[in-house]
Amino acid sequence: MTALAAPPAPPTGTEGTPPRPERRKRRAPRSMHGGMLSYAILAVALLISAFPFYWTIVAASRSNADLAKVPPTLLPGPNLIGNFEAVLEEADIGKALLNSLIVSGSITVGTVLCCTLAGFAFAKLRFRGRGALLALTVGTMMIPPQLGVIPLFMLIAELQWVNQLQAVILPGLVSAFGVFFMRQYLVQSLPDELIEAARVDGASTARIFWSIVVPIARPGMAVLGMLTFMTAWNDFFWPIIALSSQEPTVQVALRQLGGGYVHDQSVIMAGTLLGTLPVLLVFGLLGRQIVGGIMQGAVKG
Amino acid sequence: MTLTATAKAAPPPVPGPVTDGSSAVRRTWRRLSPYAYIAPFFTLFAAFGLFPLIYTAFVSLYRVELQTPGDMEWRGLGNYTALFTDEFFWTSLRNTFTIGVLSTVPQLAMALGLAHLLNYKLRGRTFIRTAILLPYATSVAAATLVFAQLFGRDFGLINYVLGLVGVSPVDWQTGTVASQIAVSSIVVWRWTGYNALIYLAGMQSIPGELYEAAEMDGASRWRQFVHVTLPGLRPTIVFTTIVSTIGATQLFGEPLLFEGSISGGISHQYQTLGLYMYEQGWGFFHLGRAAAIAWVMFVLIVLLVGVNALIVRRRSRKEAGR
Repeated sequence: MTALAAPPAPPTGTEGTPPRPERRKRRAPRSMHGGMLSYAILAVALLISAFPFYWTIVAASRSNADLAKVPPTLLPGPNLIGNFEAVLEEADIGKALLNSLIVSGSITVGTVLCCTLAGFAFAKLRFRGRGALLALTVGTMMIPPQLGVIPLFMLIAELQWVNQLQAVILPGLVSAFGVFFMRQYLVQSLPDELIEAARVDGASTARIFWSIVVPIARPGMAVLGMLTFMTAWNDFFWPIIALSSQEPTVQVALRQLGGGYVHDQSVIMAGTLLGTLPVLLVFGLLGRQIVGGIMQGAVKG
Repeated sequence: MTLTATAKAAPPPVPGPVTDGSSAVRRTWRRLSPYAYIAPFFTLFAAFGLFPLIYTAFVSLYRVELQTPGDMEWRGLGNYTALFTDEFFWTSLRNTFTIGVLSTVPQLAMALGLAHLLNYKLRGRTFIRTAILLPYATSVAAATLVFAQLFGRDFGLINYVLGLVGVSPVDWQTGTVASQIAVSSIVVWRWTGYNALIYLAGMQSIPGELYEAAEMDGASRWRQFVHVTLPGLRPTIVFTTIVSTIGATQLFGEPLLFEGSISGGISHQYQTLGLYMYEQGWGFFHLGRAAAIAWVMFVLIVLLVGVNALIVRRRSRKEAGR
């Protein structure tokens, strides 16, 4: 298991690291400009990627009767606000959005902090058992957390946490990938000399961490934070087990929408749109960095 | 001095200037302080990551009911025998396999083609890359609810478009093959762009000289792709195959929300192992049996990854022997 767990492309630093020499000529000479055919195929791919989003907007702004027409409607209609109101009433999407924000925000902050601390220790400090502990962490990276879901549920039940947000937040903080990611990032972008110089000046490790490591690690922390937030926001399996309709996250509320509690298709689509908007917003603002983060060798969460 | 036996790899830490008699304390602290940095992660990891994974095997040997998770009654291998005599277990195992193939193979093949195109110098490169990753940002739940409507039998857009080219309406919900194709297409839609970017990253790390040399030898673009790009991408392809296989083994959200039933269709025609586990545990309240299914899934993943590794090793050896 362990040998397979390492992503092929180690993260290459974004800012603050010297660009790798092959950056200049990595583009092969044959990679001339793409021809018309390339553009055409890519256009089709983009259309397929984007169409479901467009159609969600169309369906969410129509009435149920409109959706049962032949030929189907392909233009947005006037019912968007009405459908939003309906879904807020029927599925408590407002509370779900708030809960998702709390859960994803807490998981993001906690994960980035834990992973930066541990990543720093694995990258730059020496201690007994370092290799073994890192191997253990990386080795479990590929094991789906879903497989431990039954004991996890029993644990949560024992703690009387069922239906409480910490039941989703605390297990969500465990990110073996995050530790590995931060370690790779710091190995690449934090020079040993800096740490040694600070040590000579008599700085404690804690001091070094806050005033040297964190500033240098910031771009990596930002990428990890974005990926973590998206994963946490979209997480489905564990929240529907640990939470219920009384204390839903967005995904739990969407499950209720799809589970036959609401029969109005346009209302279901309005809920889907509301639940997806925040992530799309993040993506619209930071899509470039997310692409960069994934191309640095991110792994499915 | 403060040198420990492990200080071989990197230059030794420079001890701070000794100022007072507390240097022994300070030395001890310096030796122990790294553990303080990994403690937060490992505490959580032990409690919510490692323990549940290991304990799953133990729970699978007991009768545990959802209403009373504290009461455990020894069953030995009873959960497993019950599992192997349940026809729906075999159905879900088969479905997991077919849906896995239907979603993984097209996904990775298309991702490879897209990555190749994205590697050209294009106008609006960043925009295209971001747009192609959009599906990855949507949740399983949202994507499935949208696709469930697009795949509607009577008013779904997909059947309407098929009707335009003269295909009669397909019943995407009840047909076995049709529903599995529909569920797989959701997976393909969400992950193709993501994998294309992973491949693109791999392609960009292939040295340009290789292409120059191929160009000198008069290799066409296609031959360059086959003889330079593909071999260079091999580790990346192996990696994505393994990750996608693991992902396919635990498919859950798509089949659950496609119609909203935990049985994965009227005749369990697209119930996956993940959904079957959920049905046993949270539909029928048999946590012990669900743990047995989780354990079977784990063994399955290890087997699949092992087969993958074997194939890779054999191919490498073949090439080395040439």
